[in-house]
Amino acid sequence: MSDFVVSAERVTKTFGKGGVTALQEIDLEVGRGEFISLIGPSGCGKSTLLRVIGDLVPPTTGEILVNGKPAHRARLDRDYGIVFQAAVLYDWRTVAKNISLPLELGGWDRSRRADRVREMVALVELQGFEKHYPWQLSGGMQQRVSIARALSFSPALLLMDEPFGALDEMTRERLNLELLRIWAETGSTVIFVTHSISEAVFLSTRVVVMSARPGRITAIVPIDLEQPRAAETREEPRFFELVTEVREALHAGGADEIVAELEALE
Amino acid sequence: MTTITHQPARERELGRRLGRWLPAIAVLGFGLVAWQWLLPALGIERYLLPPFWDVVTAFGESRDELVRAGWITFKEALGGFALGCSLAFLYALVLARWRPLGSALMPYLIAANAVPIVAFAPITNAWFGILSPWSKIVIAAVLCFFPVLVNTLRGLTSVRPESLELMRSYAAGQPSIFRRVRIPNSLPFVFSALKIASVLAMIGAVVGDYFGGSTEALGVQIVSAVSLAQYETAWAAILVASVLGIAFYAVIAVAERFALRWHPSTRGDSE
Repeated sequence: MSDFVVSAERVTKTFGKGGVTALQEIDLEVGRGEFISLIGPSGCGKSTLLRVIGDLVPPTTGEILVNGKPAHRARLDRDYGIVFQAAVLYDWRTVAKNISLPLELGGWDRSRRADRVREMVALVELQGFEKHYPWQLSGGMQQRVSIARALSFSPALLLMDEPFGALDEMTRERLNLELLRIWAETGSTVIFVTHSISEAVFLSTRVVVMSARPGRITAIVPIDLEQPRAAETREEPRFFELVTEVREALHAGGADEIVAELEALE
Repeated sequence: MTTITHQPARERELGRRLGRWLPAIAVLGFGLVAWQWLLPALGIERYLLPPFWDVVTAFGESRDELVRAGWITFKEALGGFALGCSLAFLYALVLARWRPLGSALMPYLIAANAVPIVAFAPITNAWFGILSPWSKIVIAAVLCFFPVLVNTLRGLTSVRPESLELMRSYAAGQPSIFRRVRIPNSLPFVFSALKIASVLAMIGAVVGDYFGGSTEALGVQIVSAVSLAQYETAWAAILVASVLGIAFYAVIAVAERFALRWHPSTRGDSE
């Protein structure tokens, strides 16, 4: 078995007959316990890459291995959890029931499910809200439920598609710290799609910079900030150097006009 | 942060509810007063609309008969409702599971939904026999079928794509996706349709009676009372049909409240 949790080789994805090339010859290897961010302008295919890795859309050509298996096999083995930009909670299920859904599908018995839900609720600090329905929670709380649900069955890989994109800056920074704590506690591997350069630098062990039309990887920036990271990490000179480095990599990818747009978003 | 939890004192709650209902009760009172005294004062003849109290008296005189008739017609409506709604629900499941089939049939189902189905009432009498309750049950069932089918199908298929992607990432099969996502997602749509269907079922059963049936059925009694110029009795029968229809609707509305506790539309309640 390979040491890589994800290994993508010459992955290409085109939509429609001879249509848009969303991904072109992507090579990417992600080691166990890494935190990888995918960053790039809109339309660079970062969400598509995430969905290809998760076997939600098939690649046109190329091969993806997850835990040394084809992505399709890995999906059937429930090797990864997914968190989307919207929390996508099931409205008719309480917080506890939402978190236990993957466990139900995995055939866990009732008492093991209850134990695990308790652990997960504690992990995302939502004690007391187990019996609440999604509409009774704030956006940040909903997203924490969604993260707890994705982690409940201890998948080797966590795929996150702009999970904090719809939240306000304060909540986002708090959840960034919480995610890093959870990542350290669970030892999982994370692939994280984001629009935010500073978020990518703050969270990741490596930042994968992509460019659009066709979507391809233009640079991979290793992030050597000390672990564990804290709110103060954002004030270190090294943090700003790395932010600049990622920004320049985005520029070099020929995305000048879009970098301006990215910066406006931050 | 979050809502609910705090419950006001029960008595205050009761008082508030009463306060909310007061305007409606007042309207009912004015309506009855106008019916009893204003209409005769305006010279409305009794064959057009007899005064309220005469209708109540007529009901008192033939109470047993009317209640029995109401029950017979209500059973026809209920049978048609159960039959039509359950077939529609099952059919919607099939169409949602095999989408090409659904999209091939959908235009015809929508067209059929617009057909005035009570027009078939004399025909079903010919099919099942004029005295058989089945001719009315079938009319009521067909009336219920289309709105329930169309709404349920919409509910089963209007699931956000990420919800399905998530189930896919859990390696969930189709039965599980239906049980855990599509069917719960459809429930608000289904209940709206069931409420419409309860009204349609009563209409179907009464109108079915108009084209002939057991002399004990409500619709038949209305027709014969009118032909004998017993307008008060006819109106009393209409009141019985109305009360039954409203009760039927109310039972479903209560079931909806109960089944959709999770739905944001129930949020007004606990606050």
